[in-house]
Amino acid sequence: MLSRLTLTQARAGLSARKFSARELATAHLDAITRLNPALNAYITTLPAQDVLAAADAADARYAAGNPGLMDGLPIGIKDLFCTKGVRTTAASKILADFVPPYESTVTANLLREGAVFLGKTNLDEFAMGSANMSSAFGPATNPWQKASDPSVALVPGGSSGGSSAAVAAGLALAATGTDTGGSIRQPAAYCGIVGLKPTYGRCSRWGVIAYASSLDQAGPMTRSVADAGLMLQAMAGFDERDSTSSNRPVPAFHEAVGKSVKGLRVGIPAEYRAPGLPAEIQAMWDQGIAWLKDAGCEVVDVSLPHTRYGLTSYYIIAPAECSSNLARYDGIRFGTRVDAPSLDGVYEASRAAGFGPEVRNRILMGTYVLSAGYYDAYYLKAQKVRTLIRRDFEQAFENVDVLLTPTAPSAAFAQGENMNDPVQMYLNDIFTVPASLAGVPALSVPVGLDGAGLPLGLQVIGRHFDEETVLSIGGALEAAAGFTHLPAVHAGAGA
Amino acid sequence: MSYVIEGQTGPWEIVVGLEVHAQVVSQSKLFSGASTTFGADPNTQVSLVDAAFPGMLPVINHECVAQAIRTGLGLKAQINLHSRFDRKNYFYADLPQGYQISQFTHPIVGTGTITIELQNGDTREIGITRLHLEQDAGKLLHDQDPTKSFVDLNRAGVALMEIVSEPDIRAPEEAGAYLRKLRQILRYLGTCDGNMEEGSMRADVNVSVRKTGEPFRTRCEIKNVNSIRFVMQAIEVEATRQIEIWENGGEVDQETRLFDPGRGETRTMRSKEDAHDYRYFPDPDLLPLVLEQAWVDELHAALPELPDPKRARFQHDYGIPFYDAGVLVAEQAVADYYENVAKGRDGRLAASWVTGELFAALNRTGTTIETSPVSADALGKMLDLIADKTINGKIAKEVFEDMVETGDSPDAIVERKGLRQVTDTGVIDSAIAAVLEKHPDKLEEYRSGKDKLFGFFVGQVMKETKGKANPALVNEALKTRLDA
Repeated sequence: MLSRLTLTQARAGLSARKFSARELATAHLDAITRLNPALNAYITTLPAQDVLAAADAADARYAAGNPGLMDGLPIGIKDLFCTKGVRTTAASKILADFVPPYESTVTANLLREGAVFLGKTNLDEFAMGSANMSSAFGPATNPWQKASDPSVALVPGGSSGGSSAAVAAGLALAATGTDTGGSIRQPAAYCGIVGLKPTYGRCSRWGVIAYASSLDQAGPMTRSVADAGLMLQAMAGFDERDSTSSNRPVPAFHEAVGKSVKGLRVGIPAEYRAPGLPAEIQAMWDQGIAWLKDAGCEVVDVSLPHTRYGLTSYYIIAPAECSSNLARYDGIRFGTRVDAPSLDGVYEASRAAGFGPEVRNRILMGTYVLSAGYYDAYYLKAQKVRTLIRRDFEQAFENVDVLLTPTAPSAAFAQGENMNDPVQMYLNDIFTVPASLAGVPALSVPVGLDGAGLPLGLQVIGRHFDEETVLSIGGALEAAAGFTHLPAVHAGAGA
Repeated sequence: MSYVIEGQTGPWEIVVGLEVHAQVVSQSKLFSGASTTFGADPNTQVSLVDAAFPGMLPVINHECVAQAIRTGLGLKAQINLHSRFDRKNYFYADLPQGYQISQFTHPIVGTGTITIELQNGDTREIGITRLHLEQDAGKLLHDQDPTKSFVDLNRAGVALMEIVSEPDIRAPEEAGAYLRKLRQILRYLGTCDGNMEEGSMRADVNVSVRKTGEPFRTRCEIKNVNSIRFVMQAIEVEATRQIEIWENGGEVDQETRLFDPGRGETRTMRSKEDAHDYRYFPDPDLLPLVLEQAWVDELHAALPELPDPKRARFQHDYGIPFYDAGVLVAEQAVADYYENVAKGRDGRLAASWVTGELFAALNRTGTTIETSPVSADALGKMLDLIADKTINGKIAKEVFEDMVETGDSPDAIVERKGLRQVTDTGVIDSAIAAVLEKHPDKLEEYRSGKDKLFGFFVGQVMKETKGKANPALVNEALKTRLDA
């Protein structure tokens, strides 16, 4: 079943000439044709002949014996990465017809390693959301269903919901995501796949449409922890066009998976044991702790005292940056333009027509917190809290190698749920936001199902630029959990 | 001493501070690789970063940073090893990002000073508050279409230095002297061409008035004044307007105004209520700008000699007066020219030729020191011909004119025209004999005590030798002959 493979398995199959890249691509094109209308995981699919041409080129490299890291592997690209000649929308009306004349550094790196792009995956508009409900191209749907009520469409999480749905349902072997406050990890957890937010600066942001520049980070969404390592290696690296990208060497991350974790110290942050945490999630967390103990880890309690200010700070800093980052969508040079008699009129009409309600909310919030008279009370305060949160992590990592927490406070919820109360929606990010604020790497690994049959994930957080230890621990969890469940909707079903 | 404006209630002092925007001389823009050449076709020097395409990121141009440091050092200012870029947010069609990247709270250069010189020879120190780097905006063209405005982004993202003075300026003349001195320093440093007509140097003028000894009153900012003359006019006009308001019992509103040189008035551009809230915050796309002291030292060591020390050195090394030295150092190219002429020669004579005959020739031929028809080498050689008595000073003027016209070397001209000075005493003696023969009456008068006629005889002998006789020899021979 070609659409159920991991990247690692597919690469081995291609190398052994068990199947061709063309066959692999064809299987995915078929799966997309069959399932995308229901899942809406892709906003744009690439023309089949382009996909097959890329696959043929990969086959030639395998034949020549010089394949790249990702050669011939069909993947989805979150529609926030600019792709040369391929429409890039950020799931917004304001970029509905935008075709970039340039390729983002991360996607260029993947192409350099031979990856075959299938299309551009759905997301919350400008990556603002935790449910993929704010996409101007309609929500993506989670391929998982509640056993008790399969008729209820569930969210795939967000913002990288199209990517997580596609990878879970077999519409791509893997996909790129971006994570600003949890946008890789939370949808990965909701869809039963692996998602890695690397250290801030590990992957170049050049050509990735900005939401909140100091937080945005690209990462892989895959079916295994080793795949996450493999794909990150292809994506990462210094880029002189991004002043915030790191010039540290890029290790062979996947080699960290399977390494013994014996003697590693795992911290359990007390502050994440929030009252009201569902018992099933608490139980899954305890299970994860037990697995790591069994694997020889030393588990210790730690404190991240400023955790409870994380979400508030995040929802000040991210909107502040977005209010400025999105000022360039003014209808003048590209994107949606609505003519009006005055310049201000063009701005107002174009932006009103182009931006959806959640984006408008965040622009308004961000504008407010940066305004004269409010800057000190909100933005400056939030930056101070951010420093304290980073210090919390640094102090914790003096005593432990990683932290283990749940990825999200719930499993996937129904489309339309949580829509009336933005704060309730924002609470989905409560466990993921602190690592984003601190800039440290964090991985979500699927470890089991809840009572309704929906996947749950655990989060492994590590030191700055220590993705390798995170991946080792993630690999241990993966091995212990043996998560092999499939969603209700997937490319193998009924075939 | 000081400049005041007489109002109905007595004298008013004016208080002026200047914010100068100086375009940085660099190959490419502050945060993109696009070129910065002036006068290119619209929108031909625009990168995706300048046009603020989605996902584009700024990367600091190190040459622009070096230029800001050089300028700071030239203004004897503190260089901040730690500075930061902020975003200044506002919407306008010439601002693709919707924000300008600038330095708000942590500029790269701190306090410094400029010494200005006034007409009466007095000097004054004007404080520099700060210098920061920022992006220029694009340009709107309103005259291309009856209903549309066009946008040219060639200038968008070009590096500017905003140089802010303390409110130390007390007269229009001082503002003019400040701007000229600043421009001179920038040109010497090669960090800004100082060309106000092309807009590479523009001034915002802050003006208030007060009675002597009072604290500062409300100021108004006059935006984007584009010549030194207009700055001086605008200050006077604005100060007079404010004095009228105060004297009529009104309040001056803090606002931004425009100067209309045609009407000789300033008018409101936007009032304080309309002032933008720029929502400054640190640009998250850029790291703090951290400088190594060693690099600053390196730049310092490589700075060119600046006008003030050069002037002092010229006075000392070439023995020329303060005023002449000032004229010669006004422009670096003139100073270099002069120094090439003067080195190893008579510095005073060189100064008098450069500021006299050469400047006149440049004026007359519509050329500049860079395109001068007479090179410094050639002028130097001509001075050598005077020094070794091949020609005298009078003939030198004729040789110089020929050099201007033909570009020939002074030697060639002297040979071609046979202008070599006559030092043959035989020739001089016979010329004297001829003159005395022609003017027996004058000889009589001289001998009866009219000494003044000596000069007459010298003139006649020079005339007889077509100006080529060595004047010293003529003097000597005449004296011997007449007093015999």
